[in-house]
Amino acid sequence: MKKEELFARIEKAIIEGRKSEAEDLAREAVKAKLDLTEVIEKGYVPGIQKVGDLWEKGDYFLPELITSAECMKAAMAVLQPELDKAKIQTRSRGKLVIGTVEGDIHDIGKNLVASMLSANGFDVVDLGADVKLEKFIEKAEETKADFICLSALLTTTMLGQKKAIELLKQKNLCGKFKVLVGGAPANQKWADEIGADGYAENAMLAVKMVKRLMGA
Amino acid sequence: MIKTIRPKLELLSRRLIEKIIDEAYEILDKQGIFVENKEALKLFSQAGMKVDKKTHRVHLKRRLVEKCLATAPAVIKLYDRTGERDYTVGGDEVHFDPGSAAVTILDHKTGEERKPETKDLVDFSRLTECLDNIHFQSTGLISSDVPHPIADIYRLYIGLIYSRKPVVTGTFRVESFRPMKDLLAAVRGGNKELAAKPLAIFDACPSPPLKWSNLTTQSLIDAARAGLPSELISMGMTGATSLVTISGTLVQHVAENLCGVAIVQLAKKGAPVIFGGSPSSFDMRRGTTPMGAIETMMIDAGYAQIGKYLNLPTHAYMGLSDAKTNDAQAGLETGLGAVLGALAGVNVISGPGMLDFESCQSLEKLVIDDEICGMAYRLIAGIAQREDPIATDKFEGFTPETQFLSMPHTKKWYRMEHSYPLIADRDTYDAWVALGRKPIAERASEHVEKILRSNPPALVEKDVRNELTRILTAYAKDNGIASLPALP
Ligand code: B12
Repeated sequence: MKKEELFARIEKAIIEGRKSEAEDLAREAVKAKLDLTEVIEKGYVPGIQKVGDLWEKGDYFLPELITSAECMKAAMAVLQPELDKAKIQTRSRGKLVIGTVEGDIHDIGKNLVASMLSANGFDVVDLGADVKLEKFIEKAEETKADFICLSALLTTTMLGQKKAIELLKQKNLCGKFKVLVGGAPANQKWADEIGADGYAENAMLAVKMVKRLMGA
Repeated sequence: MIKTIRPKLELLSRRLIEKIIDEAYEILDKQGIFVENKEALKLFSQAGMKVDKKTHRVHLKRRLVEKCLATAPAVIKLYDRTGERDYTVGGDEVHFDPGSAAVTILDHKTGEERKPETKDLVDFSRLTECLDNIHFQSTGLISSDVPHPIADIYRLYIGLIYSRKPVVTGTFRVESFRPMKDLLAAVRGGNKELAAKPLAIFDACPSPPLKWSNLTTQSLIDAARAGLPSELISMGMTGATSLVTISGTLVQHVAENLCGVAIVQLAKKGAPVIFGGSPSSFDMRRGTTPMGAIETMMIDAGYAQIGKYLNLPTHAYMGLSDAKTNDAQAGLETGLGAVLGALAGVNVISGPGMLDFESCQSLEKLVIDDEICGMAYRLIAGIAQREDPIATDKFEGFTPETQFLSMPHTKKWYRMEHSYPLIADRDTYDAWVALGRKPIAERASEHVEKILRSNPPALVEKDVRNELTRILTAYAKDNGIASLPALP
């Protein structure tokens, strides 16, 4: 198969959300010893970008969006070990630590945000729900993350977003990570008030915001 | 006199009901359900169920659940603050209460959503007290001027001071149950008295799919032991946290609720429990949970029918809207929900006043919705024969000049047969123009102000109030909170 044909098939598999095909094509690319960064940049990334476009046009709904995001993840799971083996640094768009803050078990929105970010090429470390504030910071330091993303759905737990920022200040880590907040009770005003770097009201806007903050 | 029929909505055939229940039992047995609460796991273990202590998975046998269903009361009585007035929750009785735990209030003056404060909570309680078609109050707003750790208790405290109506409430934290129960017991004059005449319902949500969290399981156990009814609020979101089909969501709903019934009955045999919910049709475009979707209401009416089949009192989140302001959508969705809920015979219907997906309360909407609920009540009262004969005697000596308006028959029945709204516009066009072309929210706002102005607060007796304040302050102090807002 010609390289271009493979890229086109990859793109299509992502757009149409066919997981086993997306994985198989990744394996094929590895076997053919292709430049894997090129495979990602010219096959997978255009695919997920088209998915984003289709979403914006209103053709795609969440099931298509999430299915494609999961295809991306599955294909990357095939490619990443190969890249690591060859010590190839992919142009990471940025690393994020995300979770729902302590005392709060609402995780549907957080999962959507995590899926979309990871589908768009960001490195996402998902800590789950009901996560201790210290844990966010520990993980962010450990993984050298660019962002800490805090989700909260309760008026009681959204205070955790504020506390996390205070904790960062106490530890003198403020400039080191950008802090993003979200969830139903949060809004831009709240984000400004507690000194967060960003707020987004849904998963697609979260992707846009992170891209903007990364200067991409 | 021919018996009046109560109009009824039934969406499921008996065969479909039984199939849904059978599949729910099969899932509870084969896949099991997660219960993240030590005490409940112990209760299940003692009842002979297979429990995996590590994963918190319980495999529930049908025969145990059926035994639990047999001891759950079909009808619950709720009593108001005075203990004199009682409300039957069961059969086809319908009681509306405002949608609860709103994060914001719609500020009529600015048209914006904002964080509520103590004064809003007081106005909300006082208003609820005065609305005839809203039978229960709810701890409907989260006051932003009190520290968060006591937010759930504070709402109950205000409600008990300013309204006599029974309360629909719930805990946000495990520690909150105790002080909330203490407040209720203080009103009644003791724990035994409270159990004999329950004043509040505690909402408890399983976490879809198939899980009961520590917080809400504890609430079930604590409420059962205090003799207070729990409302099981299963809330699958189609295609997001439950199957995308309505029937599939119903299977999960029933499984989660049956587990809730079992927890309550194992904690205390015979304890009151309500088969409720707040499921929604998940919007696949926006990722939101529309409560005004017709499919949401279909799920509600469906599980309510199953709850009745299981011989339990029922509850649903209906009569609310996803609109952000009191516009046509707000009225449409609320009207549909209230009417369908009443026709389905749902015993407790939570929703009035709510906008923006269960997150914003509006006092103006609450008075509009009170009127909508009134219409729903009128509808389910049905068409009665009233007199025998119905008409022939009234037509005796009929001429074209016969006057209906002055007939004694008219005077006797017109207020019973028909209702006369205060807020809906029934003026002629000219009168409407002359009155300033006011939109409904404007008229509603004037009505809110009039009610609050002309009705003195239904304050609780002084000594009870002192006791309530003592309990709240002590609890606040334990949580490191020194002072609380002064009450108006
Ligand atoms: C589903 C739900 C639940 C489920 C959660 C299941 C799960 N696995 O997540 C269950 C049943 C478990 C649940 C439990 C409770 N809930 Co609840 N729940 C909801 C509900 C109906 C929908 C939330 C949801 O998933 N929305 C859909 C998702 C896609 O939207 P989202 O979360 O807002 O996320 C989007 C954006 O906000 C944004 N976003 C989210 N996170 C982030 C993070 C970042 C960094 C960024 C940039 C963006 C972002 O992007 C997302 C995707 O577009 C809301 C009402 C509502 N409409 O919000 C109530 C609601 C949040 N719950 C509420 C309550 C009270 C509770 C309970 C306390 C009830 C009880 N007593 O049992 C418990 C709390 C348990 C706990 N300790 O957390 C209240 C909160 C009130 C308040 N003042 O705080 C609400 C508002 C309902 C109400 N009015 O009563 N709940």
